[in-house]
Amino acid sequence: MIEFKNVSKVFDSNDKKIHALNDINVVVEKGDVFGVIGFSGAGKSTLIRTVNLLEYPTSGEVIIEGKSLAMLSEKELREEKKNIGMIFQHFNLLNSKTVFDNVAMPLILSKKKKKEIEERVYEILRFVGLEDKAKNYPNQLSGGQKQRVGIARALATNPSILLCDEATSALDPQTTKSILNLLKKINEEYKITILIITHEMEVIKEVCNRVAVMEEGRVIESGSVFDIFARPTTETTRNFVRSVVRDDVPESVYKMLKEDEYTSRIFKIDFLGASSGQPLISRTAKKYQVDINVLFGNITELQGMPIGNLIVELIGNDVELERALQFIRNQDVEVKEVSENGSHYGTHRTSAVGYAIHG
Amino acid sequence: MEVTTELIVQALWDTLYMVSISLLFGSIIGIILGMLLVVTRKGHILENKLIFSIVNPIVNTFRSIPFIILLVAIIPFTRLIVGTSIGTTAAIVPLVLHIGPYMSRLVENSLLEVDDGIIEAAKAMGATPLQIIYRFLLPEAFPSLILSITTATIGLIGATAMAGAVGGGGLGDVAITYGYQRFSTITIFVTVIILVIIVQGVQSLGNILERKIRRV
Repeated sequence: MIEFKNVSKVFDSNDKKIHALNDINVVVEKGDVFGVIGFSGAGKSTLIRTVNLLEYPTSGEVIIEGKSLAMLSEKELREEKKNIGMIFQHFNLLNSKTVFDNVAMPLILSKKKKKEIEERVYEILRFVGLEDKAKNYPNQLSGGQKQRVGIARALATNPSILLCDEATSALDPQTTKSILNLLKKINEEYKITILIITHEMEVIKEVCNRVAVMEEGRVIESGSVFDIFARPTTETTRNFVRSVVRDDVPESVYKMLKEDEYTSRIFKIDFLGASSGQPLISRTAKKYQVDINVLFGNITELQGMPIGNLIVELIGNDVELERALQFIRNQDVEVKEVSENGSHYGTHRTSAVGYAIHG
Repeated sequence: MEVTTELIVQALWDTLYMVSISLLFGSIIGIILGMLLVVTRKGHILENKLIFSIVNPIVNTFRSIPFIILLVAIIPFTRLIVGTSIGTTAAIVPLVLHIGPYMSRLVENSLLEVDDGIIEAAKAMGATPLQIIYRFLLPEAFPSLILSITTATIGLIGATAMAGAVGGGGLGDVAITYGYQRFSTITIFVTVIILVIIVQGVQSLGNILERKIRRV
């Protein structure tokens, strides 16, 4: 368990005070895969570094498994750090050492016996699927393999916490998936609490169960990943969510609206978990005298629950249409009519964000 | 006095003797000072303003004194250390004082090339500052250190040419006293050829070692 209690961090640079962290209060429960997302400069790197005291908080404290590490002596702190593994965006492996030696390093530092080191290193290399690369050097490996070595090294001392500092940001989407799956496996098999910082919402969506959104050194929103995806309350969060679940209305839909404004109405139905798309649409069509035409859809699964939206065209007479609409509204979904003048709703706050996130 | 093969061989031997001994001591001083310059700087693992602000100007001072001046300026000190102020052994003292600080800058650069991320990873693992130095910094900087030592060795070979000023002997001395002062072009030619071959050899050896260690 990691508790951030009123954590602030101020950097002094040329008489200018930079508030990297502003009164952070976050609790990462044991067994969580906790994600912290934010743009660069939001303070998330500083935040993760206060956990193993690569950065000391200016005020407030970080409590790890009930202990405030800042209170410990240098020696005690070094011991505690063996309980906190860390992996990095650029892997930070020793290029002069083999994969085996890299993974063995934390054990060598703890002055473990040679035999014990060898057993543990091979055990953990097997776990990350790199047993056959033990004698290779990092520059002979792909990015994904390097990160696996980083993970193996971080797990060598059997930590209870794993910190992931943009661990997948330097990897391609395919490799990112496989590394995220490995993290999931670590969380499930070893019951290790994982704290991930990232600027990719995809990462949050794939592995995290809880998330905090950071902006300008503050946590602006936090909660279960599902809640944040379903009901983002701030603009920043909405933008992040949109990078995974698009909720803008495509241009083509507006074009249609213009063309036959009087014969049909177009609605956007947001699914937030409980109900899934198909039965609702077909049930409505069966029950009422309306034709339903799915124009556009974007539904993804989040922790086993569907989330996303469908844009549908309802065709029928006014009375039937109202009744059908009432029926849909009574399900566990949110319905908004897409209108021409409402078109601003869908378009004006969309695009730029996507670039910023992946760029 | 004629230039004989024997004389050249003796000079070659003197040069190698001066270079190897002063390289040995110079490397020790260079690596220690270079390491201090890195780890005591602001924000580094053993940040220490006092040590840094002592070592830094000392290195600069020695580096700014021309070797020929240093050679004669420290004669009393040389006598104190090796008991004599002339001869091949006496030349080693100023050579060490010349190459040590020079090498410390090269070592400093090599160590600074090591990615900060490596040090961060080491800290995250709970490594002590000493462990960070010998388990992380030195092994990672090793290929680059080999190149630094190669450069220093070649600088040292050049500096030994001036050792004649204190009766140090060596190939450079032969080239000056026999070749230049007595107009023996062939002597200059032969000694220079030998020096070129040595320098080439040292550089190639350095490159091969570096590549082998870096495994490219």
